[in-house]
Amino acid sequence: MMILSYLLILLMIIGALAAVLFENLLNSIISLGLISLIAAALMFILKAPDVAMTEAIIGAGLTTSIFIFTLIKINRGDSQ
Amino acid sequence: MRFRDYLSLFLVIILGFIIFQAFDGTIDNGLNIKQFGEVNLSERTSIHYINKDVNNESTQIIYNESKNPESGSANYVTSIIANYRALDTLGEITVLFIAAAGLAFVLGDHNKNNAFASDASFIVKIGVKILFPLLFLLGIYIIIHGHLTPGGGFQGGAVIATAILLKFLAYKDYKLNHTGLTILESFAGISFLIIGLIGLYTDGSFLTNFLANGTIGTLFSAGVIPIIYILIGIKVGAELSGIISNLINA
Repeated sequence: MMILSYLLILLMIIGALAAVLFENLLNSIISLGLISLIAAALMFILKAPDVAMTEAIIGAGLTTSIFIFTLIKINRGDSQ
Repeated sequence: MRFRDYLSLFLVIILGFIIFQAFDGTIDNGLNIKQFGEVNLSERTSIHYINKDVNNESTQIIYNESKNPESGSANYVTSIIANYRALDTLGEITVLFIAAAGLAFVLGDHNKNNAFASDASFIVKIGVKILFPLLFLLGIYIIIHGHLTPGGGFQGGAVIATAILLKFLAYKDYKLNHTGLTILESFAGISFLIIGLIGLYTDGSFLTNFLANGTIGTLFSAGVIPIIYILIGIKVGAELSGIISNLINA
């Protein structure tokens, strides 16, 4: 389980770097969702299922979609 | 790289070291996050919440046997959220309400079109048709079993909002009834306050558990905790659905 945690943390750092370094904002938002999903998995490993559920639903699901909708609005405003 | 970049790298490394040592315990101050089972619980405050003896009524809690413990919820995270620290929860749902109200104030024009120009593909539509009732049911399950299993009002409400989001993704003409949402939200919020005031009237403190707790671990137990959590679930589900609807139809 310890090795799995370290692998997940490594993936999380890569996701965080990707979120900053991507030129395309959509890719950055998806990286942020990936970070939240891995954080949820780590919280589940740390035996905190309540927090893991909140993080998975709110962090990976709702926040990502709200960011994407905002991005759609911004792009539409540019084209007009 | 400029000086600013070096400074931020230095700060990130320091923060990373602090987080790492919280888990690893290189500087042992007794407050590190330890592996599951390695913590001496008798040194921590949380032991009172787990044993439900905050008022120093030490009783042994046995799942499915103990009757009328101090807080009747089998999931002790719930007993903290909806019983010991219910006033905090009232503040939290107020914060969420203000966020939703602010968004509705800025973007609340329901006559505009959806963000998408056309319906989603056939596969997405059929998938949503199958997933929507299942997700809604899962949300209701999480809310109702909040005092027995992990999860509760916030998580279940968010699951319901996610199900609504799927509907918005599939159909470009999908619209929510905002009057109904407002009525649901107001009903849940006002009922939460009324339950708190009944506790103030009968037992002398706001949001007291004034009903009988029952046997720990059964569905009909824990007094007002399931009622409060169902109300929180309705409120959070309605608010998050309203936020999504306002964002998409803005």
